[in-house]
Amino acid sequence: MSAREAIRVALQALLSNRLRSALTTLGVLIGVMSVVLLVSIGQGARTEITGAIEGLGSNLLFVLPGDGDFGAGPTRSRFTTDDIERIDRQLPGELPRVAGSTVGAESLQADGQRFNATVQAVTAGYTSVLNRELGRGQPFSESDVVTSRRTAVLGATTAEELFAGQDPIGRQFSIAGIQFRVVGVLTRVGGEASPFGPDQDRTVLVPVTTGQRLFGTDRIDSIFVRASSTETIDVDRSTTERVLGERLDEDEFSVVSQDEIIGVVGDILSILTTVLGAIAGISLLVGGVGVSNIMLVSVSERTREIGLRKALGARTRDITVQFLLEAVALTVLGGIIGLGLGIGGAALVAAFAPVPAEVTWWSIALALGTSVGVGIVFGVLPARRAGQLDPVEALRRD
Amino acid sequence: MARGVVDARRGQPVTAPPLLTAEAVERVYRLGREVEVHALRGVSFTVDRGDYVAIMGSSGSGKSTLLNLLGALDRPTSGHVRYDGRDVADMGDPELAELRNRRIGFVFQSFHLLPRLTALDNVALPLVYRGGTPRSRRQAALEALTAVGLADRLDHRPGELSGGQQQRVAIARALVTDPALLLADEPTGNLDTTTGDDIMELLERLQVDHGTALVVITHEAQIARRADRTIELRDGLLVPEVPA
Repeated sequence: MSAREAIRVALQALLSNRLRSALTTLGVLIGVMSVVLLVSIGQGARTEITGAIEGLGSNLLFVLPGDGDFGAGPTRSRFTTDDIERIDRQLPGELPRVAGSTVGAESLQADGQRFNATVQAVTAGYTSVLNRELGRGQPFSESDVVTSRRTAVLGATTAEELFAGQDPIGRQFSIAGIQFRVVGVLTRVGGEASPFGPDQDRTVLVPVTTGQRLFGTDRIDSIFVRASSTETIDVDRSTTERVLGERLDEDEFSVVSQDEIIGVVGDILSILTTVLGAIAGISLLVGGVGVSNIMLVSVSERTREIGLRKALGARTRDITVQFLLEAVALTVLGGIIGLGLGIGGAALVAAFAPVPAEVTWWSIALALGTSVGVGIVFGVLPARRAGQLDPVEALRRD
Repeated sequence: MARGVVDARRGQPVTAPPLLTAEAVERVYRLGREVEVHALRGVSFTVDRGDYVAIMGSSGSGKSTLLNLLGALDRPTSGHVRYDGRDVADMGDPELAELRNRRIGFVFQSFHLLPRLTALDNVALPLVYRGGTPRSRRQAALEALTAVGLADRLDHRPGELSGGQQQRVAIARALVTDPALLLADEPTGNLDTTTGDDIMELLERLQVDHGTALVVITHEAQIARRADRTIELRDGLLVPEVPA
């Protein structure tokens, strides 16, 4: 029997029992859909978070409190603005090369509009060190910092929420009841909050001195160092480590590069994606067992047909292939529909949920490959049983 | 039809071995560990090209067992069943399948049509295992259905046909491969007498027209009497052959 003929016969058999075929394929459908959807979400999170880190610009070093073990709990920072100045003085080239930030969540109010934002108390060099561009206005100056002036630079979303389309420059608003004046608005960067920073569009930047007073602290949460080039990044790192080491213990701070963070984050998210995919894979497995079960029922129901086909000249192989193709057709059908629903679901998630989702070609290939594989693996047993039926017994059955 | 014509058409030399021989065929079924049923106890006979033979026997005489052996659906416990001189016991699964496909046409008591296929597709079914284009298969099936007088029932499914019509479809399916042997197992068993007679006449006409050997297995003496030769089975043994 030709391959084309075999496929035709298999499809015919499936179509003659539409409801059962549909229900059987449902298991595989749901399995493939969840694999595609969950892997997309994992992948989307990875792209977004690494993108957010990369968006800070390359050649960036992060100085974080603690010994740099990501598994450890949060560590209280002992950095101060002095540290920032001391590092900056030791680095060659144009200043500022070093910036610091302390973060807190506060309620903002302007003209009756309320908005909860992340308030970042930052040094004057923050926007230039972190490559943040301003759409309007100016960043606050060194003198704003020195005199603890109540000026602020708004993230794009914060500006919209507070001033609803009007020009915010020069306008007043309050942070926790204290009046501030808007001097600048950042350009929109898109993206979400990540473990390495708040949603950059929903922030308010205020001078570090003003912010520290607001939060009641004299500490800096994190320090950012911009190396002058990729080549000097290691030199700048050891300079930074040496300067901080003069005042702090070795395990009270760690200097990591952007690549290292992306590497670690990427590893974590790969594991997350794999685990999500594996969980979804279990439902695919259950779907496969369902296919196997129904194919066995089908073989037993069609015993007479199998006997007849053998009497008419079907070889054992023809019968085995026919039933195997039926199983594969079932799972591939479920795979294709599941893939469609998975891609659609990922698009819905990306559009409406705060979770990013990104369908990758390899998750599509994986889903389709797996559905063929499931069909073969779970179809072999019933198909072999069909092929090996004794035609005499099979024809006798009524 | 003269045998010479048949031989010429099939390109067989006159000295060719007989179409089908059974030599001391025994078939023992093992039921459980101790019990053995001797369904056939040594049966020998020959069917030649164009022969019309009835195999007669009551229920339990071993005729179903014999049918399975002649149809190459089963192998004897001992003895030999040969087609064109080749022992069925020496053939593997693909060869047996090919033998059934090319040399044998089955007609069953209960028709064995696939209910979801049309008459035309049922008739074309054996050709599926033989290759060829769907178009050529349809053409051959159409001719076979025309030969059994059902040219106007091509798209009917078995459920929409009478018993006699279903058996005609089954006969067309047996015929479509142009087999050397038509093996009919109680072909009239599920039909009333008039329809049964029609079916027997049809089988006989096709046997003559196509030069096919016809072996009819029956328990009815009336049907057996129509054949050129009757082989009678009793308790797994042949009753000496009675010439017609």
